[in-house]
Amino acid sequence: MNLLQQFDAEQKAKLLAARAVPDFAPGDTLRVMVRVVEGERIRTQAFEGVVIARSNKGLHSNFTVRKLSYGEGVERVFPLYSPSLAEIHVVRRGKVRRAKLYYLRGRTGKSARIAEKMGLRTSAAPAATTAE
Amino acid sequence: MAHYGRTGLIARKLGMTRLFQDDGTTVPVTVLHVDDVRVIAQRTEETDGYAAVQLGFGKAKPKNVSKPNKGHFAKAGAEAPMKLVEFRVAGDALVAPGSKLSPAHFLAGQRVDVVGVTKGKGFAGAMKRWNFSGLEASHGVSISHRSHGSTGNRQDPGKTFKNKKMAGHLGVERVTTQNLTVAGVDVEKGLLLIKGAVPGAKGGYVLVSDAVKRARPADAPFPAAVA
Repeated sequence: MNLLQQFDAEQKAKLLAARAVPDFAPGDTLRVMVRVVEGERIRTQAFEGVVIARSNKGLHSNFTVRKLSYGEGVERVFPLYSPSLAEIHVVRRGKVRRAKLYYLRGRTGKSARIAEKMGLRTSAAPAATTAE
Repeated sequence: MAHYGRTGLIARKLGMTRLFQDDGTTVPVTVLHVDDVRVIAQRTEETDGYAAVQLGFGKAKPKNVSKPNKGHFAKAGAEAPMKLVEFRVAGDALVAPGSKLSPAHFLAGQRVDVVGVTKGKGFAGAMKRWNFSGLEASHGVSISHRSHGSTGNRQDPGKTFKNKKMAGHLGVERVTTQNLTVAGVDVEKGLLLIKGAVPGAKGGYVLVSDAVKRARPADAPFPAAVA
């Protein structure tokens, strides 16, 4: 590990200690609690939707959440380790066969459904994504 | 004549990353490694006609050091460095040879100028080298879409003027980026974090010094932060 990687790893460890990152994958439905600053006040705002992409690049990792808001598709890219995310909840595990679910962009309603993933994952996986 | 102040530091560019601030904002930073920077020699007004400190960076393998240089480094009582650089300083800002400088020389939030040698781009066309617009994509232009246009007039003056911007070698050039902000200092690891980009490739040497266009912070260590 060179000095730059070390520097990143340390910062990542510090951010992880402040807020854990759950194990999730594309297809899962997340509820992301985002810190919003309104003048003096800070409140958290929920953004709930399907993870359609995840980019793992250490400290610079990010993930894309897509939801339908009043019939309009909305996508938000979140930095995985950003302190502006108060919490990440996994609401539902989805069963998908792609890493990037960009095909959902063209779909609504019945065709945009994702089957729920049952069992299997609980025992082995938890450590895998946090360590990345 | 330029007004000289404190010495600068030699550093090695490690690459870029980002800092997550507590409020959720992100600061892009270049990480510089200040590795074992020592004062090798002094130039003084009496002996040399100008004041400067000669700094060395890192440790060179003994087999890569010439005999005359070995003698020169021995005089300072310092091991042979990988890189030698002179910084002009004010007469009262000389630092004793042999002393080791730390990145605490710079304070977080202060402005610095960073000198580096840019990445080589080889023989580049006028579009890349001088931001020319090139020729049109259609309207009868054939083959030469990325060429420069005319390079001069007619029989009078009958020549292309010197320094006309044309294709040629781009990069590998000493460049100073002024007024960069110091985002952080890690004395223990010898790291200096500079907000934004710094000229040069990863692993290249850069020279960091107080910004010439800003006043030096009052609490900056003078003449230098000796570790």
